Amino acid sequence: MEILGHLLDGLAQASQPINLLLIMIGVVLGLFIGMMPGLGSVNGVAILLPITFLVPPASAIIFLAAIYYGAMYGGAISSITLGIPGASTAVATTFDGRPLALKGRASLALVTAAIASFAGGTVSIVLFTMFAPPLASVALSFGPPEIFALMLLAFATFVGLGGDDIPKTVLSICLGLVLAAVGFDEISGEPRLVLFDISGFLHGINFLVLAIGIYGIGEMLWTIDTTRGKVTTTEARMTFKGVIADTKECLTKGWKGMSIGSLLGFFVGILPAAGATPGSLMAYGVAKLTSRDPNSFGKGNVDGVAAPEAANNSASTGSMLPMITLGIPGSPTTAILLGGMVIWGLTPGPRLFTDEPEFVWGLIGSFYVSNLFALLINLSFIPLFIWMLRMPFTILAAMIFVLSIVGGYAATMDMHDVWLMLLFGLGGFFLRKFEYPVAPAVLAIVLGPIAEPTLRQSLLLSSGDLSIFFTRPIAGPITVIAIVLILLPLFKLLRNKSRGSSTAGA
Amino acid sequence: MYLMWKSSELEIGYIRGEGPGGGAWPFWLSAIMLICTALITYNAGRRTSPPSRSTEPVLDAEGRKMLVQVFGGVFVFVALTGIISMYGAMMVFLFYYLWFLGRHTLFLSLLISVLTPVVFFVFFEALMRVTLPKGMRFTEPFFNMLNTIIY
Repeated sequence: MEILGHLLDGLAQASQPINLLLIMIGVVLGLFIGMMPGLGSVNGVAILLPITFLVPPASAIIFLAAIYYGAMYGGAISSITLGIPGASTAVATTFDGRPLALKGRASLALVTAAIASFAGGTVSIVLFTMFAPPLASVALSFGPPEIFALMLLAFATFVGLGGDDIPKTVLSICLGLVLAAVGFDEISGEPRLVLFDISGFLHGINFLVLAIGIYGIGEMLWTIDTTRGKVTTTEARMTFKGVIADTKECLTKGWKGMSIGSLLGFFVGILPAAGATPGSLMAYGVAKLTSRDPNSFGKGNVDGVAAPEAANNSASTGSMLPMITLGIPGSPTTAILLGGMVIWGLTPGPRLFTDEPEFVWGLIGSFYVSNLFALLINLSFIPLFIWMLRMPFTILAAMIFVLSIVGGYAATMDMHDVWLMLLFGLGGFFLRKFEYPVAPAVLAIVLGPIAEPTLRQSLLLSSGDLSIFFTRPIAGPITVIAIVLILLPLFKLLRNKSRGSSTAGA
Repeated sequence: MYLMWKSSELEIGYIRGEGPGGGAWPFWLSAIMLICTALITYNAGRRTSPPSRSTEPVLDAEGRKMLVQVFGGVFVFVALTGIISMYGAMMVFLFYYLWFLGRHTLFLSLLISVLTPVVFFVFFEALMRVTLPKGMRFTEPFFNMLNTIIY
C-alpha cells in the first residue's frame, strides 16, 4: 500500500504542466529519432543529454525517458514502411511488419506495433513498480565488495551472452575502463594517464564525449556509408474506422505475441548486456516456436509484429530496473542516463529510493504517462511521420553533426573535448567496420569510476585478499555467477571442439 | 590493412600505469587488452572471424570519398570554430553539406544554414545563458551587437 501512495505522488508529479510538456516533446522527438534509420534511443539520449542540464533532474530524466519510450515506438514505423529498422531494437519488427505492409496491410502492422508497444510498456511498468522497491532495500546493505561483484557481473554478461567475438568484447570493455581512468587517481590524488601530456586530459574523459562521438558522429558516418542514401517508402492509408478495425484484429490475432513479448522482454531487459534488441529477437523466436502456425511467420503474421514490439518496450523499462535500484545500467541507453544522473548530482543506486523519493517516483509515474502519450501520439500522427520519413537524409545528417558538436561542447565547455569527440567518432566508425562491439566500451566508461574505487576499497578492507569477493554472503554468489558467465564461451568452444573431433573421428 | 590496424592497437595496449596503487588498475586492464589483441591477431591470422575472412576492402573508393568529404567537413567545422566562432562555422558547414554534398537547391541550403545558427544562438545565448565559442577577436563587434539585442 505504501508503494501505491508513492506511485500516486509520482503520477501527480509527472502530471505537472512542465513535466507533461516535456513528456510530450520527448515522445515526439523519440518517435522521430526512433523512426529515422541510423538513429535509435541511444543516439537521441546521448545527443540531447547536454541540453537537459537546465531543468531540474527529475524533469530532465522524465524528458529523456520519454525519448527512450518514443524511440521504441518509432522504430517500428520505418521497419514497416521502409523495410529497414529505424533502430536496432526494431530489427525483429521488419520480419513480419514489412511483409504485412507489402500485402497492403501497413495500417494493421502499424496499429499492432503501437498497441503491442503499449501493452509491453504497461505490463513492464507494473512489474517494475512491484520489483523495484524490494530490490532497492536489499541493495541498501551492499558494501564495496558487493558493488564490485555486480560490476563484474555486468561486464560478464556482455562476455557470456553478448554473442560477439569474445576477445573483441573484452577489449572494448577494457578500453572503456582505461578511458574512464584517465585524469586523476581518486585515492592518491596523483594525475595519471595524462595522454601525450596534453593538459586537457587532466580533467578526465567525460563519458558524454565518448557517447556522442560514437553514437552521434560515428553512427552517422556508418549509416551514410552503409545506406548510401537509397531508401523507398510504402504508403499507409489511415482512417479512424480503419484504426478501430485494425485494433480489433490485432487484439484477437496478436494477444499471444504481446503477452510473450511483454513478459520475456522485461526479464531480458534487466540483464545488463541484453537490453531491447536481443529481447525483441528472443520474443520473436519464442512467439514463432509456440505458434500453431509457425510457417506464417516471416510472411506477415500479426503475432510476429506484436511480440518484438511488446518486448522492446518492455525491455526498455526492464533495463531501468537495475539502473535505478543497483546503479547498473541494463542497456547502452540507460548507461547514458546513469551518466546523466551523476552529472545532475545524484548518486545512482539503492539510496535513491530513500534519498530522492521524488526523483524516483516521479520517473516511475512518468513511465505510465509517457506510455499513454506515446500510444496516442503514435496513432494520431502516423501519416505525418510517414511523410517526414521522406525528408532527405542529407538534411538530417547535417543537423545531427551540428547537434553533436554543439552538444559535445556544451557538456564540458572545452574545445579539447570536441576534438576528442571527433576522434572517438572516427574510432567508433572504424570499430563498427571491423565488427567490434562499441556498447561495452560506453558501459565501461560509465561504470569505470564506480568499479575501480569499489575494487580498491574492498581490497583495503581485506588487506589485499581477493577472497573477500567469494566469502561474503551476497558478493560470493554474484562473483561466482560472473566468473561462470565469463568462462561460458570457453566451455562452448571446448564442447564444439570435442564434438568436432568426434565427428572427424567417425 | 586489417593487420596494420591491429599493430597500431598494440601500442595502445602498452599504456603503463604510474607505479603501484593508482596505476595498478589501468596497468592490469592494459595487460588484458594486450592479451585480447594477441588473441584477435591470432584469430585474424587464422582467418576465423568473419571480418578477416571477407576479401572486400574495409572501405571501397566510394566509402573513402564519403569519409573524406563528410568527416573532413566536420573536421573543418571544428577547426573553424576557433576562428569564426561556432555559429559561423556551423553556417559554413551546413552550407557545404547541404549544397555541395546534399545537392539541395541554393535557396534551401542558404535558408537552413542561416536559420540554424540563429536558432542555436537564441536558444543557447538568450534562453539558456550558455556561451559557445566566439572565435577570434575580429568577431567581437558583431557578437557585441547581438548581445545588446538579447540582453
